[in-house]
Amino acid sequence: MTPLSITHYTLTNALGCGKPASLEALRTGKSGLQPCNLENVDLSTWIGRVSGLEDMPLQDSVSDYDCRNNRLAQLALQQDDFLPAVKQAVERYGADRIGVFIGTSTSGIATTETAYRTRVNDALPAEYTPQYTHNIASSSHFIRDYLGLNGAAITISTACSSSAKVFAAAYRYITAGVCDAAIVGGVDSLCLTTLYGFNALDLVSAEPCRPWDGQRNGINIGEGAGFALLEKPQDDDSCPSLIGYGESSDAHHMSTPHPQGAGARHAMQQALERAGLEIGDIDYINLHGTATRSNDASEDSAVCGLFGNQTPCSSTKGFTGHTLGAAGITESIFALLCLQDGLLPQSLQTRQQDETLGANILLNSEQRQLRHVLSNSFGFGGNNCSLIFGAAT
Amino acid sequence: MISVTIKKIGVVAQGIGNWQEATALLQSEADYQGGELPPLKPSMLKPNERRRTTRTIKIALQAAEEALQDLTDTETLASVFSSSEGDLDIIDQICLALTEEGRPVSPTQFHNSVHNAPAGYWSIGAGSRQGSSSLGGLNGSFAAGLMEAAVQAVVEGVPVLLVCYDQPPPELLQPFMPIGEPFAVAMLLTTESDSGIARLNLSTVPDGTESRLSKPALEKLRLSAPSARSLPILEAIAQSQSAKFSLPYLPGLNLQSELLPC
Repeated sequence: MTPLSITHYTLTNALGCGKPASLEALRTGKSGLQPCNLENVDLSTWIGRVSGLEDMPLQDSVSDYDCRNNRLAQLALQQDDFLPAVKQAVERYGADRIGVFIGTSTSGIATTETAYRTRVNDALPAEYTPQYTHNIASSSHFIRDYLGLNGAAITISTACSSSAKVFAAAYRYITAGVCDAAIVGGVDSLCLTTLYGFNALDLVSAEPCRPWDGQRNGINIGEGAGFALLEKPQDDDSCPSLIGYGESSDAHHMSTPHPQGAGARHAMQQALERAGLEIGDIDYINLHGTATRSNDASEDSAVCGLFGNQTPCSSTKGFTGHTLGAAGITESIFALLCLQDGLLPQSLQTRQQDETLGANILLNSEQRQLRHVLSNSFGFGGNNCSLIFGAAT
Repeated sequence: MISVTIKKIGVVAQGIGNWQEATALLQSEADYQGGELPPLKPSMLKPNERRRTTRTIKIALQAAEEALQDLTDTETLASVFSSSEGDLDIIDQICLALTEEGRPVSPTQFHNSVHNAPAGYWSIGAGSRQGSSSLGGLNGSFAAGLMEAAVQAVVEGVPVLLVCYDQPPPELLQPFMPIGEPFAVAMLLTTESDSGIARLNLSTVPDGTESRLSKPALEKLRLSAPSARSLPILEAIAQSQSAKFSLPYLPGLNLQSELLPC
């Protein structure tokens, strides 16, 4: 495929607001996880929470969309000079030629949880406006409005692969000529539905999560948002690029991955083919690595089956928690930060690798020049997406 | 402009059991009469999988199944599933459980609550390991799904199954979500121009008026569910007419669709 330049990017999560906070934490091995202190939750687990959202309403012009999820999107968009970069892109392409591709899993469902909790006489409160908050489309509609764009847009919601798939969608829309540039991104925020839902599936850990560890016992849920501006490459740009993507389905089970990771392997293979790369060209793999028994085992099987056990790998879920629909964009931007910084981050909180798993998991961070990084995102419904990013040349 | 061919169609609605019945209705002088929703019994799932599914998943799979009948290579199809609200029965039950002592959320309901649940069950039933996207766009959900599926077909050069579906909300949510009727439509899209039902040329246009239907009850059905915004296209196909429509897509932007019968 023809690479797409990633000219600007930003992210916000439990590690802090903007790229410097995430990069510093990845370099120093500082986790953003904390014991669960979300209001109305009495679960013994750890979460990756973004502080202060409760006091950050949306700006007046878009206040109809006010909810935790869109507040987190607004906060992320305000970091790293992303807004001026979008403004420049609008001047160059026109507001109608920049597409918006957003991934979210639960959008603003917390507003529906609150409406149910505060219902009176079996009626939800009149001020409940799910089309602006809970509905998955609210994410892309809000971001499109907030950025003053009026071109094509979609919200993709495929559980934990949502905001990885936006890169593939944007590539196709730009290739088909529907738009000239794209804002891709994702946002998911803490809510009771995912905390109690994953708890009902016995997949929530009472401790900080330990991907690939023999003692791993589940996920920590986090929240996060990230955005990137994709453009066709210019002769003089020195930006990292999207060079490959692969999308697949497990066709196996709704909540349990294929035991040998057949779908995951298919996605990684496709991404390599699109990038025109061999396995030895991948210098680091950012795993989906949720730290559940079955997810890590399945992904290990897929990674080792395709790459063998040499390629350095880590999961960064120990830093941020599993940000679900935002995991794809969060870890894609981690991949870009790693390419820029020559950083191979440790798999934080992995103390002793599970003896039955063969991938080359980094227990300590390393520093060296990277050419290509692969990022995996896999979701319920057996929905898989792998992305490959190339360093700036 | 994006050009694709509609190869096959599936439809389910009250009083409409399949595309053949829809064609008869849309060709007739008479207006839509409504009726019972046909039994939702998608056969692609094994009984144990089917037991775990909901009326939302079933209506999506039933339309998909009709669009793919007689097809032997469903495992090669990419898919796009689009729905404004997803599975509101499940959202309702989870949000009710979250207000109860001990928050007894059902694990099965939780994994079925993801927006891509119908797509996940479809990929299992069809044995498709191809990519699958699930999305939503309020009243623009049909146009958003059509655009996404057409772009995939054109850029990736693969046949794409599009499924757009809705079920009316349970009681508590009814005042807040404008879905009055169950509806599902499925289309198999390709870039092959030599055979099929009709060619579609798609482009975005700033706002404009969305296309309406002249028969009052049919127009009411069109407005009763985002997936039923597909009806102007279905009517022109049934009547073998060339036509141009404007479908609701995004705030300030419509999807212009030019239909040419094959």
